[in-house]
Amino acid sequence: MIAFDFNYIKPATVAEANQTYTMVHDQGDHAMYFSGGTEIITRARVNELKVDTVIDIKEIAECTVMEVQDDKLVIGAAMSLNHITNSNLFPLLGETIKKIADHTSRNKITIGGNINSELIYKESVLPLLLVDAKVKLVKGTKEKIVPLSSVFDKKLKVQAGELLLQVIIDTEYTKLPYASLKKTRFSKVGYPVISAAAIVKDKKIRIAFSGVCEYPFRSQEVENILNDSKKSVSERIEKAINSLPTNVLDDLQGSNEYRVFVLRNMLYDIMEEMGMGE
Amino acid sequence: MANKIWTTVGTPEQRIDAVEKSTGKVRYVGDYSVPGLMHAKLVKSTQAHARITSIDTTEAWKIPGVRAVVTGEMFPFHIGPILADRPPLAFEKVRYYGEPVAIVVADHEHQAKLATTKVKVEYEPLPIVNSVQQAFQQDAPLVHENAGQYTKIIDNVYPKSGTNIGSHIKIRKGDFDSAWASCEETITANYSFNLSDHVALETRSTRVEINPAGKVIVHSCSQSPFTIKKVLNQFFNVDVGNILVHIPMVGGAFGGKGTVQLEPLAYLASKAVGGKLVKLEFDREEDMITGPCRIGLDATVQLGATKEGKLVAGKYTYLLDSGAYSDQAAGITRAAAIDCTGPYHIPNVWCDSYCIYTNHPFATSFRGYGHPELTFAVERTIDQLAKKLQIDPVQFRILNGIKPGHTSPTQTGLTANNIGDVEKCLNRARELIKWDEGQKIEIGKNKVRTKGISLFWKTSTTATNAQAGAILTFEADGSVNLNCAAIELGQGTKTVLGQILAEKLGMDMKKIHVTMETNTQYDPHQWRTVASSSTFLAGRAVISAAENAIAQLKKTASIVLQCTPEDLEVGGGRVFLTPDPTFGVEIKDIAIGYTYPSGHSIEGQVVGVGKHVQRHLTPMDEQTGFGKPGPWWSVGVQAVEVELNTRDFTYSILNAVTVLDGGTIINPMTATQQMRGGMYMGLSYATSEKFIFDHNGVVQNTGLRNYPVLRYGEQPAEYLVEFIETPAADGPFGARGIGEYGVIGAAACLANSLSVGTEVELTQLPLTPEVIWQAKKVEKQ
Amino acid sequence: MNIKNKPTKKVIHLHVNGETHEAVVRASDTLLCTLREQLGLTGAKRACEDGDCGACTVLVNGEPTHSCLSLAVEVVNKPITTIEGLLNSPVQSAFVDHWAIQCGFCTPGFIVNCHALITNHPNASEELVEEWLQSNICRCTGYQEIREAVNNLLQKSQ
Ligand SMILES: Cc1cc2nc3c(=O)[nH]c(=O)nc-3n(C[C@H](O)[C@H](O)[C@H](O)COP(=O)(O)OP(=O)(O)OC[C@H]3O[C@@H](n4cnc5c(N)ncnc54)[C@H](O)[C@@H]3O)c2cc1C
Ligand code: FES
Ligand code: FES
Repeated sequence: MIAFDFNYIKPATVAEANQTYTMVHDQGDHAMYFSGGTEIITRARVNELKVDTVIDIKEIAECTVMEVQDDKLVIGAAMSLNHITNSNLFPLLGETIKKIADHTSRNKITIGGNINSELIYKESVLPLLLVDAKVKLVKGTKEKIVPLSSVFDKKLKVQAGELLLQVIIDTEYTKLPYASLKKTRFSKVGYPVISAAAIVKDKKIRIAFSGVCEYPFRSQEVENILNDSKKSVSERIEKAINSLPTNVLDDLQGSNEYRVFVLRNMLYDIMEEMGMGE
Repeated sequence: MANKIWTTVGTPEQRIDAVEKSTGKVRYVGDYSVPGLMHAKLVKSTQAHARITSIDTTEAWKIPGVRAVVTGEMFPFHIGPILADRPPLAFEKVRYYGEPVAIVVADHEHQAKLATTKVKVEYEPLPIVNSVQQAFQQDAPLVHENAGQYTKIIDNVYPKSGTNIGSHIKIRKGDFDSAWASCEETITANYSFNLSDHVALETRSTRVEINPAGKVIVHSCSQSPFTIKKVLNQFFNVDVGNILVHIPMVGGAFGGKGTVQLEPLAYLASKAVGGKLVKLEFDREEDMITGPCRIGLDATVQLGATKEGKLVAGKYTYLLDSGAYSDQAAGITRAAAIDCTGPYHIPNVWCDSYCIYTNHPFATSFRGYGHPELTFAVERTIDQLAKKLQIDPVQFRILNGIKPGHTSPTQTGLTANNIGDVEKCLNRARELIKWDEGQKIEIGKNKVRTKGISLFWKTSTTATNAQAGAILTFEADGSVNLNCAAIELGQGTKTVLGQILAEKLGMDMKKIHVTMETNTQYDPHQWRTVASSSTFLAGRAVISAAENAIAQLKKTASIVLQCTPEDLEVGGGRVFLTPDPTFGVEIKDIAIGYTYPSGHSIEGQVVGVGKHVQRHLTPMDEQTGFGKPGPWWSVGVQAVEVELNTRDFTYSILNAVTVLDGGTIINPMTATQQMRGGMYMGLSYATSEKFIFDHNGVVQNTGLRNYPVLRYGEQPAEYLVEFIETPAADGPFGARGIGEYGVIGAAACLANSLSVGTEVELTQLPLTPEVIWQAKKVEKQ
Repeated sequence: MNIKNKPTKKVIHLHVNGETHEAVVRASDTLLCTLREQLGLTGAKRACEDGDCGACTVLVNGEPTHSCLSLAVEVVNKPITTIEGLLNSPVQSAFVDHWAIQCGFCTPGFIVNCHALITNHPNASEELVEEWLQSNICRCTGYQEIREAVNNLLQKSQ
């Protein structure tokens, strides 16, 4: 039961969504885009967030597409995780997001909501970072398509009222060899101790992590180390572990030292699976 | 049993509640609503230990729909089942994070909830007692300043003022010190684990109204309807006859719904709004931390043996983390002492079992009443000692298993009637888990399969006057209504009681109507639906009610058939002549009195009444523990086989075995359900569950997202369950209690198995890969 | 658009179990509370309100959904099926016959989820069954009987 009430608007167009946002904002009230709504509903229940108007984007056509246009795969922000997985259009993405939450929740959780989640995990971002995905953002009448990496730094840096409309992926990337691994505390359903996704492109490994630091990331430095074929795999892995962007996380899912242990094993597994040995 | 002579008892009769439950139409207590129903929500402490300096309710009153705000000073008294040490609403100070501080009552739930966020409580923090080890130290801050002055509600509780000790139970049997000195092989080991939760799927919920005639009407999902009456009478001065408690079917309880917590709060809330009907339902987060949880334990076990492997001496120090209040933890402290050794014959026993206050959520009974916890400590130690002695763990247990002729730690004499057969259970479990194929088998790179075993027992420490009653009424078609106050929690008790009645009356199960709801006004008194005691107590009461009804049926029939009652038998819906069964009368024709063709009637309806009370139980001596605390001991063995990755310590559970001597099994399928469910619960606890506290004593995992339990597919590939049926002479048809037993040895056998696989002695729970990794790391250093 | 106004209750129509029902809701009311409190459909249980347990599972557009993670206003115009709408589903009798029910509190959610699974995937693999059913927690049974019930249905449908 959510203690407070809010207005619920379900616009049919992007323009309407943006206008509504601006209108509420200009009144000094707080508006939020509402995609799957799972995070908004659960956080509102425990009074972790307060909102005056939610703007449901699930009726907006652009937000619910999922198709290959020329050589681009376009996924609407309001597409549910299960639909993405079941489409099999991008197996690495499908497999990575299949490890988020549980099957029933994934009928509701959307990719746009997950990318914009307040949680530190946002596992759907991992494959997108690897394949140089682009995102389509709109604010008012301004629409832009930019590389995800240019706007994703720890979280998606959008302006107030800016709507994530779609993610766009070059289809050539969707066919690359990949690995997706997630370790939890014990039960399979749960937040990650560590979640990682990797692909090999032009014989180089690309890898992104969630649960290692306080945000999901892909690090050029880590990848360079892992691709340094002059060194042994174990040297590379130790060096990579020492070159993480920040200290390793220490929380309920696992202590800092334990996470390093899990990360090391996972790196060995991924390097082996991806044929990145000496 | 080979010579089964019964028709219904011993067969897997379908559960009488299953069809209705499969349609979603069963109404649990929270499923009821009616216009005008008011809603209560709690303001809870944000601190684990603090003085309350002020409570400002001004802003809360401004929320539309708010009708009352109740705070602790409106009822500044302590309540409790064993020691009255807990204020229903905190006053002066709070002792745990999540403790109820105020109640808001409003027309709608969302209004009440919103208003709770507007109540401003100011606190002055006090030093936190964050572990039993800390609590036990001389200069520890005190959770209760005057524990010694609280009112004792029952015997055998010994709080000590000026300490954090809520109770201390001693066992002194034989001469431990000199026996210990003579031992050729000894071991001392320490174990510890945090509090955890029941997570019954239905959260606690209640509804209370006070009608204009002064009757207090309670609807609740409680295991203890008569205790609710007792508490409202004892502490709130309501005449006991004016308290009516209704309990519908309950959505799981596991001991957690024995505590009387919500009902007094809802009573205060109803009183504050002129007696109107008020509902108080816990959210999951409240159910986990505001409501009572499961004890934590720090255990030190010392065992000494001869070099041939005969146990000679055992010393047990149990520090139970009871959290902020003693509730049932005081009783668990006692139960842990009573059965401290596990089912082993040890002539010299010394046990100190302490109930320790900390600033954690308070603990209450949990399926097994302290036994899963003590079994973990004992069975891990037994395995370590067997290893030192180089004796096979199963053999070592057979060698030292307790038998008729021995005595329990409280020096109760054991007979073939009051204790199950340890050796039979061990031998059967050993076969089922294929022990002799090897305890550890390498199956590939970094992969091993290992087995672990545990032996356990438990007596039912009921009140010495614990009892149950049953009333039978008849319908005109000859079918029977069974009323008794045993509560259906999912354990199948109503089905089993129906079977006992069907058996006794020689009647088809279809002709037995068991009332699912409990109503204290027309159901006879029953102690509580806890301690695996219902089949035993209520079962005996049903048998005696059936005998009473049979006597009445025979009497009426003897008049109709012109013979003596002694000539008659009851069965198949008839009363008939023993020598000539074709000559008889249908029960339907006499059950509500026999009417002659002339219209004259005789005898009137049959009302069967029956009861049973525990006999010959005694309290324990304060200095030595001497006494007879329970009627019988069920014993059992559990074993698991796991597949372990020795590189990253992840593992899966392949098989889980339970062999239990539960006396006669009335319904093999409900009994199997109980064993499987128990094992699941024990394994979920052992692999995953515990509360995590920060240094301020604040629980970090208050919901299921961060308190994972095992899900579908994570259970063992198969649970193998078998029963050894050594009949209990005084149980109904020879049955003993079994409800709790499936859970008791699960954590212990899992830990034994993983200790073999990882080659490190595991002493903590839950056994997550991280905990194992940590243990390996410590060992290396 | 009345976003200038303070939020007020609205009349909505929900299509539940083949019937259209009127309900008066706050926008912030979840589908779970609306079904339970306004329509009297209490088969979906409130056990965590966080998407963690599955006790509140209903079908929206034939897909299993945690009704605690959905607003009532969100599912207007969508077909909703609750346990009360599954009369004589083979899943119900399979649960009864295989002893997959104890306290019964998880049962409606499990049955609704299993019903969708069997309907959509009559040839579901063990892995798929596991993926779907991990959404529901049962604290009583230990899942073996539930697995037997589902496997039996799958065998029959193959
Ligand atoms: C049972 C359960 C288990 C979970 N386990 C995991 C897990 O293992 N790993 C993990 O990563 N997460 C997990 N989560 C969290 C989950 O990731 C979030 O609840 C989910 O990602 C939110 O998605 P949504 O579509 O429901 O978002 P919403 O609740 O609709 O929105 C989330 C946030 O994103 C904003 N937003 C949504 N769409 C847009 C858009 N198009 N443009 C701009 N802003 C937008 C919203 O305003 C809001 O702030 C779990 C959740 C549940 C319920
Ligand atoms: S109540 Fe909805 S998932 Fe638990
Ligand atoms: S039967 Fe009780 S939770 Fe499943």
